[in-house]
Amino acid sequence: MAMVDEPLYPIAVLIDELKNDDIQLRLNSIRRLSTIARALGEERTRKELIPFLSENSDDDDEVLLAMAGELGVFIPFVGGVEHAHVLLPPLESLCTVEETCVREKAVDSLCKIGSEMRESDLVDSFVPLVKRLAAGEWFAARVSACGLFHVAYQGCTDVLKTELRSIYNQLCQDDMPMVRRAAATNLGKFATTLESSYLNAEIMTMFDDLTKDEQDSVRLLAVEGCAALGKLLEPQDCVARVLPVIVNFSQDKSWRVRYMVANQLYELCEAVGPDCTKTDLVPAYVRLLQDNEAEVRIAAAGKVTKFCQLLNPELSIQHILPCVKDLSSDSSQHVRSALASVIMGMAPILGKDSTIEHLLPIFLSLLKDEFPDVRLNIISKLDQVNQVIGIDRLSQSLLPAIVELAEDRHWRVRLAIIEYVPLLASQLGIGFFDDKLGALCMQWLQDKVYSIREAGANNLKRLAEEFGSEWAMQHLVPQVLEMVNNPHYLHRMMALRAISLMAPVMGSEITCSKFLPVVVEASKDIVPNIKFNVAKLMQSLIPIVDQSVVDKTIRQCLVDLSEDPDVDVRYFANQALQSINGAAVA
Amino acid sequence: MKGGGDDAASSAAASASGPPPSLEWRFSQVFGERTAGEEVHEVDIISAIEFDKSGDHLATGDRGGRVVLFERTDTKDNVGSRRDAEQMDYSVRHPEFRYKTEFQSHEPEFDYLKSLEIEEKINKIRWCQPANGALFLLSTNDKTIKYWKVQEKKIKKISEMNIDPSKDPGSSSPLPIIANGVHADKPQDYLSKDFPFPPGGIPSLRLPLVTSLETSLVARCRRVYAHAHDYHINSISNSSDGETFISADDLRVNLWNLEVSNQSFNIVDVKPTNMEDLTEVITSAEFHPIHCNMLAYSSSKGSIRLIDMRQSALCDSHTKLFEEPEAPGSRSFFTEIIASISDIKFSKNGRYILSRDYMTLKLWDINMDSGPVASYQVHEHLRPRLCDLYENDSIFDKFECCLSGDGSRVATGSYSNLFRVFGASQGSTEAATLEASKNPMRRQIQAPARSSRSMTSVARRGSESPGSDANGNAHDFTTKLLHMAWHPTENSIACAAANSLYMYYG
Repeated sequence: MAMVDEPLYPIAVLIDELKNDDIQLRLNSIRRLSTIARALGEERTRKELIPFLSENSDDDDEVLLAMAGELGVFIPFVGGVEHAHVLLPPLESLCTVEETCVREKAVDSLCKIGSEMRESDLVDSFVPLVKRLAAGEWFAARVSACGLFHVAYQGCTDVLKTELRSIYNQLCQDDMPMVRRAAATNLGKFATTLESSYLNAEIMTMFDDLTKDEQDSVRLLAVEGCAALGKLLEPQDCVARVLPVIVNFSQDKSWRVRYMVANQLYELCEAVGPDCTKTDLVPAYVRLLQDNEAEVRIAAAGKVTKFCQLLNPELSIQHILPCVKDLSSDSSQHVRSALASVIMGMAPILGKDSTIEHLLPIFLSLLKDEFPDVRLNIISKLDQVNQVIGIDRLSQSLLPAIVELAEDRHWRVRLAIIEYVPLLASQLGIGFFDDKLGALCMQWLQDKVYSIREAGANNLKRLAEEFGSEWAMQHLVPQVLEMVNNPHYLHRMMALRAISLMAPVMGSEITCSKFLPVVVEASKDIVPNIKFNVAKLMQSLIPIVDQSVVDKTIRQCLVDLSEDPDVDVRYFANQALQSINGAAVA
Repeated sequence: MKGGGDDAASSAAASASGPPPSLEWRFSQVFGERTAGEEVHEVDIISAIEFDKSGDHLATGDRGGRVVLFERTDTKDNVGSRRDAEQMDYSVRHPEFRYKTEFQSHEPEFDYLKSLEIEEKINKIRWCQPANGALFLLSTNDKTIKYWKVQEKKIKKISEMNIDPSKDPGSSSPLPIIANGVHADKPQDYLSKDFPFPPGGIPSLRLPLVTSLETSLVARCRRVYAHAHDYHINSISNSSDGETFISADDLRVNLWNLEVSNQSFNIVDVKPTNMEDLTEVITSAEFHPIHCNMLAYSSSKGSIRLIDMRQSALCDSHTKLFEEPEAPGSRSFFTEIIASISDIKFSKNGRYILSRDYMTLKLWDINMDSGPVASYQVHEHLRPRLCDLYENDSIFDKFECCLSGDGSRVATGSYSNLFRVFGASQGSTEAATLEASKNPMRRQIQAPARSSRSMTSVARRGSESPGSDANGNAHDFTTKLLHMAWHPTENSIACAAANSLYMYYG
């Protein structure tokens, strides 16, 4: 056993704990691997620490994951890029473990290191590593290999490049679906590094194979490849080779593949360009909007606005709008909800007249939907329509919808609508708000659910910010002050909460004249919970009001509270007093 | 699986070379044999048997929640030339297994919300793709599925520490650790990112030296898939895509990703809105061995439904329905009970489904939903005694069934520790009754000749009363052979008689 000088003790412990039985300690040491490396020096890091870590690949996944991450940024600690290759062996063994997240991290780190390596080192050590993994006995290694080709390929000799391409081709036809999935996922990335001549010939052949794979899970990953490859190909090649695949995929037997097309639609449209989008993808998209499977319609409905942005309004009205109309009364609430979350965005695209003619009825029917999420989604995007047609046309239907949501029996729904009240207020204007929604805001303060009361209090603060303190003085403050006399102590407490939130917005003067007297009064409440909340509130008021007010009113009130029979009240009163003293010293 | 699977397609349907000769079954091995008079402990009774894909490993689960693994020994020494050796010396070589390891997969639990005891009994075991020399398998009890990794692990011994632990007694970690994992001690200078270490490092520091002397098999639970089933899980099955599996209970089938244990997708739900309308439950479910989008499940009404997961996310409507039309006039109180399917298995090539109900084994061609291509009488001789069987609940016994790797034979269990093997190739008359003992042919009775069958006319055979003596009452309903498995590549059967695992080869 070696002995270590006293000052080195912590670092020595850190090193020893690389092999501690406690996983937390091992994790801690691994996360500070760079410190250990610096303590050992570059040479010993290369010669001892890295080989040591290579032997460590049967540790727990969490430790391996941390190690894979650390090694990705380890080049400075082994002596710079000329020594970067020493980092490959431990990462190579991490690429073969069966836990996916560890492998992915290791591949990430290898890519990072590979992209910094010198070309000669890349050929000498990185490419052989990729080849070894690709020929690995177990699928885990081959899966990892797929993610490394795009780094290995750059800077290779032509002979090596040919070899790498043929290896990748083999991976695309691997027996294991996991490997083919990895090959499909990484095909786009690999393709970006390839010379365009090979792109057309070889990559597209691999791609074609993957798009015909018998496993749904492979084919659906090839959909992403469509977008990636489409962007790399010349426009005419893209139309010739990728477009038919997209159209086929949009009619695939498997709903999961069609779902992927719907999900990737925007990227696919970008890849094939506006002309083909109009001629070929519009029919495909219309089919997806009318798909049998609700999941596909959900994905497609969510893309309506983005897709219409690519088209002209005429085409949108002619082809897409009829489907949208159908979707607004779809049997699946999730489809309607997805539609409601984007449909308001179509208003600016279609312009005022078309919006009033075509979209408004849909908005209105969605606002009356039986499913609260649908209504909420419409309300949350109100600003987009407001700019185009003004709010008035909607407000008739809007109000009942809002009121119903505000009184929904599910508190999460109520919570969601409260979040949108400031937005609604700004869109609807003060007048409308005062008439219709003011009462609701006060009602939430007395909700049965704490989260709603809390959100209600916060809402008052946001309204005060929105409309200014003068308005708040008239419309909010009187009601809040009145609530302090509520017979229910929870409501009194919520009034205090609202005061503490509003005070910073209202400013010193109103706080002193309106709030403070009420708070002082509340400090004589019979319920201790109220009293220690007063203490907390007072503490929060200290920075807002003048020092004279603090000395005159607040301190006295707190001193009284600090002699309260209840221990909690005394505790918080003393805390507040201390902060007064602290502020005075400062 | 690319390209594979055609090898066996011919066997069940082709007739060019005639049926293969009947097999003569021989005893190979027994594990956990009972000595005379030895009492069987409930926890030791085997409740699941499964070969892995290669046939090199066998797993059993028992009522005590344990999983026992066996490994094949006869191929280890000359793996390369296995096929040659088999051809040269076919009759001599047969799979032999040895005990590998065992682990406690499930423990008894109590569901406090429902006041239900959850037994530790292993209902099903399924092997997953091996990786890096480690074995992976799924095991399930009534409620919880677990994903296990069994691996050789080096036993490590650590020497050469910087700090001598013996001189610092009391704690393995001499420095207090605070919440964010940083040593809460003064010398954090050394540990801070900016501390300038000397360029050559500090030579007195050294890495721990690890020496590993021996290895041991360690089973580790990698994932637990829990809280997704309201009813008892009866089946689990891996998809050929290598990343998903299904679990089925009485009313639902859920789809999981092996790597995601906190969510599953419900793909089949037969629960009626009003439970009083319940007439049918799911009894067994299995993925198609090649097509990842297809799965089949059987019901208590004797039907098998084939599902195509491509069609919709929720597969409440089936693609194909396989059921035998009821013979007119034969209806009785027991008709529905004995029609209930206790197990289904796909053939290796995915073309056929074998189903077991109380009285028969049926072989279905998935391209023909008008009726089974063959049905084999297993318990016909019990028909007069259905009343007794109902009284003592035996009628609800769930017998498993299995197909040989080439699809040419089928097998299932029966009472008195008997099991039956039938030839499934066209023209085959093979029908053997064997006893799970060291002398399997003891009870063998020659099957009478039977009429040949075609693809459309259903052959009925084996309708003699096997195993029972002239009085017809020799059946011991307490000793039943429920669980069995056929080796994926060879004519070898593993079956469970109470706590004993018997292996036979033909």
